[in-house]
Amino acid sequence: LRKNVEDFTGPRERSDLGFVTFDITADILNGKKWLEENILTSIFSIFDWNVKQLFLYLSAEYSTKNNALNQVVLWDKIMLRGDNPRLFLKDMKSKYFFFDDGNGLKGNRNITLTLSWNVVPNAGILPLVTGSGHVSVPFPDTYETTKSY
Amino acid sequence: RLASPQELPGAGWGGAARGPAMDLFGDLRRMNKRQLYYQVLNFAMIVSSALMIWKGLIVITGSESPIVVVLSGSMEPAFHRGDLLFLTNFHDDPIRAGEIVVFKVEGRDIPIVHRVIKIHEKENGNIKFLTKGDNNEVDDRGLYKEGQNWLEKKDVVGRARGFLPYVGMVTIIMNDYPKFKYALLAVMGAYVLLKRES
Repeated sequence: LRKNVEDFTGPRERSDLGFVTFDITADILNGKKWLEENILTSIFSIFDWNVKQLFLYLSAEYSTKNNALNQVVLWDKIMLRGDNPRLFLKDMKSKYFFFDDGNGLKGNRNITLTLSWNVVPNAGILPLVTGSGHVSVPFPDTYETTKSY
Repeated sequence: RLASPQELPGAGWGGAARGPAMDLFGDLRRMNKRQLYYQVLNFAMIVSSALMIWKGLIVITGSESPIVVVLSGSMEPAFHRGDLLFLTNFHDDPIRAGEIVVFKVEGRDIPIVHRVIKIHEKENGNIKFLTKGDNNEVDDRGLYKEGQNWLEKKDVVGRARGFLPYVGMVTIIMNDYPKFKYALLAVMGAYVLLKRES
């Protein structure tokens, strides 16, 4: 679903605005995102004594004529130590506006959504980890003029 | 009866017992010029070594300020005011969504620690990106310069690679209470200058 509206949060030119709804099924405890029902036999805990929290974010990555690489964070969540590490989120709307820099979403067949997270330790190194598995989403060729959400 | 000087340990003229402060001043009185110069040189060496280590860190990390203190709560609960961050700024490190960057807005001195939430990179490597504090409701466009909508590589001081909690509080206290800073420096300076290596 896509519209072309004036990007009212930023520059004054008309840019493409994309709307994406998504489901997230993730097992952060096991460091994997699984889409089938396999039982994972090798279990490692990402929440060890030195992990204070995880900052999860869903990012959309794509290429346009204007820009070779675009990454837009659509949604994020802070998962504190002690929170349930398994996520079952359905029909989520993106938290942030998915504006492109220009009109590169129209007809763009290949938007890749990936879930990544930033491990925040109690003290020490701050690694960025990308979850395994990603989803490709195509955008339609035409603009929608009707109200969406 | 009054105790005689020989009976009281450490008692010299005046009859009062001497504490460590008195010892220091006693040392100072006994020092001759050569020893004073030696102490000054020692002090200068310590200061120079500290400066060299700092400059070395700047070279190794590629960042003009490799260690920064978090000043606000805009990245809570990950970072709190007073936490220390270690940065790198390698030229070839690409800026990607999700990374925590420390940047300076043009014309302002204070570095800001926030997360990258949008990037648009051209083929030639030119990149413009948007940041937002985890604990903030809105992105940072309100913090940028008037009319500025994106940040560029040149605004980046470094990427946060590691962190230590609470340690930076000392810097914040010294900034907020300058008298404390001067007192600390005076005590440190006096100690180094007056303490003799036995």
